[in-house]
Amino acid sequence: MLTLYGKQLPSHLLLGTAQYPSPAILADAVKASGTAVVTVSLRRETAGGKDGGRFWSLVRSLGVAVLPNTAGCHSAKEAVTTATMAREVFGTNWIKLEVIGNHDTLQPDVFELVEAARTLIRDGFAVFPYTTDDLVVNEKLLEAGCEVLMPWCAPIGSAKGPLNPDALRSMRGYFPDVPLIVDAGLGRPSHAAAVMELGFDAVLLNTAVARAGDPVAMAAAFAKAVEAGRSAYHAGILEPRDMAVPSTPVIGKAVFS
Amino acid sequence: MRLTVNGEPQEVRASTLEALLAELDYEGSWLATARNGELVHAEDRGTCLLTEGDRIEILSPMQGG
Repeated sequence: MLTLYGKQLPSHLLLGTAQYPSPAILADAVKASGTAVVTVSLRRETAGGKDGGRFWSLVRSLGVAVLPNTAGCHSAKEAVTTATMAREVFGTNWIKLEVIGNHDTLQPDVFELVEAARTLIRDGFAVFPYTTDDLVVNEKLLEAGCEVLMPWCAPIGSAKGPLNPDALRSMRGYFPDVPLIVDAGLGRPSHAAAVMELGFDAVLLNTAVARAGDPVAMAAAFAKAVEAGRSAYHAGILEPRDMAVPSTPVIGKAVFS
Repeated sequence: MRLTVNGEPQEVRASTLEALLAELDYEGSWLATARNGELVHAEDRGTCLLTEGDRIEILSPMQGG
């Protein structure tokens, strides 16, 4: 079980809802992934528009928890206002807090992020911060009251997989009791397995599933990889060795010369 | 009066946020509204008086990662 802000969840995979070929494929991918949490967003509605209502009906029919995001915000103030609007619409105090600091890399502006986290937590939000793997920043987020940390492992949508596994390993070692979720940068199931093998508690995926040739099949593949990585971590993984070590016992080996 | 609604200039007759939504053909329980960067709760739209130059945001659920 994964426990996030006191809520027990049966799956260690969180799934985004953007970029699927159709709403039906999104719904099937959610089911195939086994996820219990999907991310959603807010955008400007057009006059007379009904798209938002249709999408919200679909998400509610999936029977999973929603984690609204503040995607596209570039300042603490923008993110805080978006979060309060999301709470009103989606009826949850959970918020995936994104404050973007760079257009090209979509990396978080960690200074605005910490400020926004402080404000939102004072206002009763359960903040899921999209952050970097910087230990000092993550300590500040915990001091602000975050109970979950969500570092990127590579730029959003890049599909590069973990660029700095050592930093992720350090986070696991430094914050042994904090739920850690890799958010952003995963491209294939082996990437998800790799970060789960490091002891991460969950992964948050979107593009890697939604833009796959067959999103539903890829959602199922990621679900297996996440479980495999998690099981391996708990089973105790053999550390690499510098020299060969024979796996077949040498004692009792016949000598012919 | 002239307002900015979702980033576009609008000339409207409405004097409250609730009336503005009706005038511009917005409806639905899933909408979230803000005036000048501050959330206006759905139940407060009827008493939210608009003034010249207000910036109104009308948001709705959509797909997100």
